[in-house]
Amino acid sequence: MGLVVKFGSIEIEFRKRATRPRYLAYLVPFVAVIVALLVGSVLLLSEGVDPLTAYLALFNTAFGNPYSLSETIVKAIPLMLAALGTAITFLAGFWNIGAEGQLQMGALAATWVTLTFSGLPSFVIIPWTMFVAFAVGGVWGMIPAFFKVKLGMDEILTTLMMNYVAILAVTYFIYGPWRDPAAYGNPRTQLVAESARIPAILGTRIHLTLFVAIGIAVLLYWVLRRTKFGLEIRIIGGNKDAAKYAGINLFKNLLLVTLVGGGIAALAGMGEVSGLYYCLPKSFSPGYGYTAVVVAWLARLNPLAIPVSAFLFGGLLNGGYGIQMVFAVPIALVNAIQALVLFFVLALSIFYEYNIIVRRRR
Amino acid sequence: MKGITKSFPGVLATDHVDFDIRSGEIHALLGENGAGKTTLMNILFGLYQAEEGEIYVDGRRVIINSPKDAINLGIGMVHQLFRLIPSLTVAENTVLGLRSSRRPFLDLDVAGKKITELSERYGLKVDPKAKLWQVSVGEQQRVEILKALYRGAKVLIMDEPTSVLTPQEVSELMGIMKKMAADGLAVIPFVTHKLREVMAISDRITVMRRGKVVATMRTQDTNEKDLAMKMVGRMVLFETETVRIPSERVVLQLDKLRAINDKGLPALEDVSLSIGEGEILGIAGVAGNGQTELAEVITGLRRASEGRILINGREITNKSTREIIEAGIGHAPEKRMETGVVPDLSVRENLILTNYNDQSLSSRFLLDRISIDRHVDKLIADFGIMTPGKDSQVRLLSGGNLQRLILAREVTRKNLSVLVTVCPTRGLDVGATEFIRNTLVSLKKKGVAILLISEDLDEILSLSDRVAVIFKGRIIDVVPTNEAKIDEIGLMMAGAVKTAE
Repeated sequence: MGLVVKFGSIEIEFRKRATRPRYLAYLVPFVAVIVALLVGSVLLLSEGVDPLTAYLALFNTAFGNPYSLSETIVKAIPLMLAALGTAITFLAGFWNIGAEGQLQMGALAATWVTLTFSGLPSFVIIPWTMFVAFAVGGVWGMIPAFFKVKLGMDEILTTLMMNYVAILAVTYFIYGPWRDPAAYGNPRTQLVAESARIPAILGTRIHLTLFVAIGIAVLLYWVLRRTKFGLEIRIIGGNKDAAKYAGINLFKNLLLVTLVGGGIAALAGMGEVSGLYYCLPKSFSPGYGYTAVVVAWLARLNPLAIPVSAFLFGGLLNGGYGIQMVFAVPIALVNAIQALVLFFVLALSIFYEYNIIVRRRR
Repeated sequence: MKGITKSFPGVLATDHVDFDIRSGEIHALLGENGAGKTTLMNILFGLYQAEEGEIYVDGRRVIINSPKDAINLGIGMVHQLFRLIPSLTVAENTVLGLRSSRRPFLDLDVAGKKITELSERYGLKVDPKAKLWQVSVGEQQRVEILKALYRGAKVLIMDEPTSVLTPQEVSELMGIMKKMAADGLAVIPFVTHKLREVMAISDRITVMRRGKVVATMRTQDTNEKDLAMKMVGRMVLFETETVRIPSERVVLQLDKLRAINDKGLPALEDVSLSIGEGEILGIAGVAGNGQTELAEVITGLRRASEGRILINGREITNKSTREIIEAGIGHAPEKRMETGVVPDLSVRENLILTNYNDQSLSSRFLLDRISIDRHVDKLIADFGIMTPGKDSQVRLLSGGNLQRLILAREVTRKNLSVLVTVCPTRGLDVGATEFIRNTLVSLKKKGVAILLISEDLDEILSLSDRVAVIFKGRIIDVVPTNEAKIDEIGLMMAGAVKTAE
């Protein structure tokens, strides 16, 4: 017997589902996106823009031709990595919204490696850059976990605040010690040596970090299901008291999962530096680390679904630039539509958890 | 009540049930969980509406659409979980929701007088001015009864009325119920196990099973065995045999243990106990006297501030839970859903929750899916865990199945030498209770030392070899069960120190 709500002669019962039908796992996010776009159209109307034309333009800029498709994928790469890093910490019940900071630190670390070891050949420097970026982002991501366990500090606040520290650190280096004097008014670091650049698919800006990201998605899926570490993560995320009861070391596992999560998110920043811009430019991330939270939830934290939802959000971001330019609407409107997607994914999850029965009372 | 029928999708909760109660009578409603007794009483109290059937009060057909209708007809209900507000006084709780004659002010003086009068009439000892959080569980229950009487109840439905009481409080409650019946009230207690109490108190008994009335009979015409058989539908082995194993070898030893509770106050004070091979030691006590903390300290979930814990002579005091598990301690915790499992994970994953590290189930990093599946299938079959499949979520299992799952996991651990179990059958129906108790007995035969912490004194007395009584964190006394007297134990549970003889 579930919760029953009565409105006059109508009775609505919420009953926990015994089994969650698989099709709902796809239907719910899909409907959430549709509903978000419908509500978003009210916002567009209030700006005096015809929603249908706007969404058509959005779709075109996002997926309409090979060029826009490739640009959508370019944006999907950092989203995918940041979302994977976020999702694995969420699965452990650690509400980490620090992917943005980890990504920034990853970019900073990558820049340092490429500037310092510019003489090394490709097959050495690219893995080395990845490793350092992963390590720096991972340690950055671990700090809030340490304070959470040792001092009970709320991770939502610490991860969020550390984002600003990271962003400001990047700003300092771009304007300060690493500023490329040859770039004139455009604050950025020196260009990365040819040998340190991650190659792109011919004729596009899609760098090969894409395959790293997809590989990580598959690997995470496997780790979560087949390894002891994965089981421990899901136990901790599912019920901390049961985890203690089962003798799982919360501290060690939380540090490990935030290390891995932070490291993966940092690869997003590294990819932007070594694969896309070939330097560390000012505000290179339009908040990928925050959008990653939405991307991860839309995928229901399933690593294999994250590439798909990242692609969708890459499109939304790309298409957002399109309607921003064509209709001169503020970018905040596109952000609002993103937020609506998150809102409806969470709100509509109720259909996934509960069987909702409406009936007329006799 | 005539021909009451109510279905929920997939189940017929009550199937053409007839039930009647006369004034001045105690008519117990008996049945396992899910037998339909709660549904039936919820229909009578207006919480649900029946699809078919009629309800008559004093020969007049009535329609009860809400608890308000029920109260107006003189039907009151005392819930198992009390619905009272801790920060208000007894009098305030009693009049809560009623219209006062001095609106908008409360009429607490008049209420107080009426409460005193009612409580004197039925022996319901309460202090109208006491705040509810200050009073005992037994007194809270009396407030619930008063609330119903205050609203003019002539029929009083009581949901598992003795489940939270000490033996003394139970006999007090029985006295109150008898007085109410003598005064012309009709009382309907409904009960899942505790057959002895039903036999002692009721005039008539109705047994329900799977939504149908199996029998309605006069109490003098039946006995406990007969009732259990009617409830379950087959013979039940009720007297669990206590096999004395003449082993002197101590498996678990506690030496002057001290620990503090979550509020930082002493929870255990100089607890020294030992359990031998194949022995069941019962811990009797009123809830909240350190039992939970005792189980936690032994299983590594709480630090011991002083003292030592030894298992097979090896010290495990304040070791990590993992080390304690590996030393051979199994734990079936009190809060099954909150601590014993991860509700959102599958039956498969929860069946390996505490032993996935075992070499037969995993290598250094990887889970061995094939042997896990084999192990899980065997446990589901051996312990009769009813589940749609090993991939379905544990949060949907019934209480009995959940406890089967936890015990299946804990007692099949490779090197198990001690099992700590807290309230192992609380809230379970007769069938599951029987299974759990038999499991404990067969475990004992294998030589496992069992620490049985329970609030059900009958359970402790029927299963354990020795009984230790705990009060305010101290062990008052340890006595062999065959020498134990229930009233003496009851007194010790309430804090009376055993006088030297």
